[in-house]
Amino acid sequence: MRRRLIKNLFSSPCTEAPPPRSATLEEAGAALRGAIARSLGRSLAIRAVDSGSCNGCELEIHALSNAFYDIERFGIRFVASPRHADVLLVTGPVTLNMRDALERTYQATPAPKWIVAVGDCGAGCGVFADSYACVGAVAKVIPVDLTIRGCPPTPTDLLQGLCWLLDPAVVR
Amino acid sequence: MLQALFGDRPAEASHHGWPLVGADADSWRRTGEALREGKLDLLGLWGDTDAVTCVLHEPSTRRALSARLPVRAGKVPSLAQFHAPASRLERSITDLFGIEIVGLPDSRPWLDHGRWPLRRPLAMSPEGIAAQRPYEFLPTVGPHLHQVPVGPVHAGVIEPGHFRFTASGETIVRLEERLGYTHKGIEWLLRGKSLNEAARIAARACGDSTVSYSLAFARAVEAALHLQIPPRAHWLRATMAELERIANHLGDIGGICNDAAFSMMHAECGILREHALRACAIAFGHRLMMDRIVPGGVTVDLQPAGCAAILALIRQLRRQFPELVELYDSTASLQDRTVGSGSVPAALALQFAAPGYVGRACGRAFDARTCLPYPPYDVAPIELVTCSEGDVDARVRVRILEIERSCAWLQAALAALPPGPVRVPVDAEPQGGAEQPEGEALVEGFRGDILAAVRLGPQQRLERCHLRDPSWFLWPLLEVAIEGNIIADFPLCNKSFNCAYSGHDL
Repeated sequence: MRRRLIKNLFSSPCTEAPPPRSATLEEAGAALRGAIARSLGRSLAIRAVDSGSCNGCELEIHALSNAFYDIERFGIRFVASPRHADVLLVTGPVTLNMRDALERTYQATPAPKWIVAVGDCGAGCGVFADSYACVGAVAKVIPVDLTIRGCPPTPTDLLQGLCWLLDPAVVR
Repeated sequence: MLQALFGDRPAEASHHGWPLVGADADSWRRTGEALREGKLDLLGLWGDTDAVTCVLHEPSTRRALSARLPVRAGKVPSLAQFHAPASRLERSITDLFGIEIVGLPDSRPWLDHGRWPLRRPLAMSPEGIAAQRPYEFLPTVGPHLHQVPVGPVHAGVIEPGHFRFTASGETIVRLEERLGYTHKGIEWLLRGKSLNEAARIAARACGDSTVSYSLAFARAVEAALHLQIPPRAHWLRATMAELERIANHLGDIGGICNDAAFSMMHAECGILREHALRACAIAFGHRLMMDRIVPGGVTVDLQPAGCAAILALIRQLRRQFPELVELYDSTASLQDRTVGSGSVPAALALQFAAPGYVGRACGRAFDARTCLPYPPYDVAPIELVTCSEGDVDARVRVRILEIERSCAWLQAALAALPPGPVRVPVDAEPQGGAEQPEGEALVEGFRGDILAAVRLGPQQRLERCHLRDPSWFLWPLLEVAIEGNIIADFPLCNKSFNCAYSGHDL
């Protein structure tokens, strides 16, 4: 282990520069960004909620924590309880079997809170939207502040969206 | 055994993949007894509006066979009364089709939580919603026992499910799983869909195994239609499947070590996994390779740049992965957690036909790529990896070896890729003239064997499609593996199984 640590100490980091700002997000959320920056500064606690996704979005959300994207350098971290969270990151088409749990997670999150719907399913344009077992979109159950589309969205897409929530001065 | 049970029955001419025979109540019962005696493996069991079908595998002859039992007066006899692995499958058949399973020891609903606007959604005439009844967990009786409910929203970034632990102090006495939270009505959605639409849905049954699901679905459709696809397509499909296996194994080995509080392995494996996903994106245009495999072939051809990216990945894995394996081997605090925890008894692994690395870590020598080989593994076999200890460590070791085997296989495959087209059209009418051609296929995903069964109707729209995830037979074993372990080791054991929620709940 010591050898490995020393090697890592002298090799260059994998971590990449943050993605450029997305023009569509620039238009969509100026007000939102200001509100979050005023309340939280450069600290954002995220609770991920899977409301019935296929697990594809979760894999890419996981990737945000790897050395390439290293989301914690922006002050964004994943927390284990909605009670500790500022943002709920919701994936999936909201199955009816998960609807209650999603609503209760929302209620358990203290204000101020923001909801980010992730993936085509969460946005309401996924392949499961018309099923008897799905509500069809996160916004039909709880108020959504930002939507990050993709099937699944790449870590770069996710990073662009989440960094947007923070003060742009922080994410240079 | 298959010969003795069904040898005298004619196989259905409209069914392809392996033979389908008709069963009656008597042969169904004898099938249950053969399963109980361990002479046969149950590979799948699903319902239809007028019948139930099971897929059997005979390990001694490596033969597979489907048997179909017609529903009489809304009822069929239970296989679970003989063979416990059938239990949750039969409960789901009742939930989805309303078929009464006579003799089913556990008749609680499984996928139906009483939240859908209709009951038995796949039956000929679905019913309106009934009054919600709370789910009855198994009773706990005895002094010094307490219960810990966990989920469906978990602490990590994972899928939803509910675990009801009964513990005595720190030690788990019983785990009861409650699943179905991610039920999206996939089998209902697939009904009546065109092949193109259905392929997109099948690819999203379980996101981490999207390549394998697409492959299983495509192979089942091609079996039904007698469709021969170009050789290059077979090889590209297997290339994607092995890349998916490598990426998932890397992620999970890191995840298991992370759950044993050894985050360095997690970070290092995360880097390798990211490299693998980027190679996939260069080679096939999508990090998870979603929608790349379709009935008739593949949608993208591998270009020289993609080939080079995969070879570079293999070189990097060869250089860096052995160092990580050495780190795993030489870290006593890590071994202390993984060795001896989460053991699955070998007899149960055989009874449940434990798929994938869970079975192989218990010495069950089954891998669909070698036991029921499909192209290109029929001409380019991949070596089976087994271990005998059945604990968390054995599952890690099987997966480490599988990464190495997959790398070697990929390297040889890329050197031997046949040239030519990668896709044929599927709009031609099926050969043989069967009105409702049926096909089945079994493919080895990273987690284990995935079964797909399709029946096509007019204009090649799906009449029925069933997808069976390996997790159906893994979840019950997790309940066994965790018994006697401490609650704090549950994440570790759970991650070493890494059962799918979405693939299971459909």
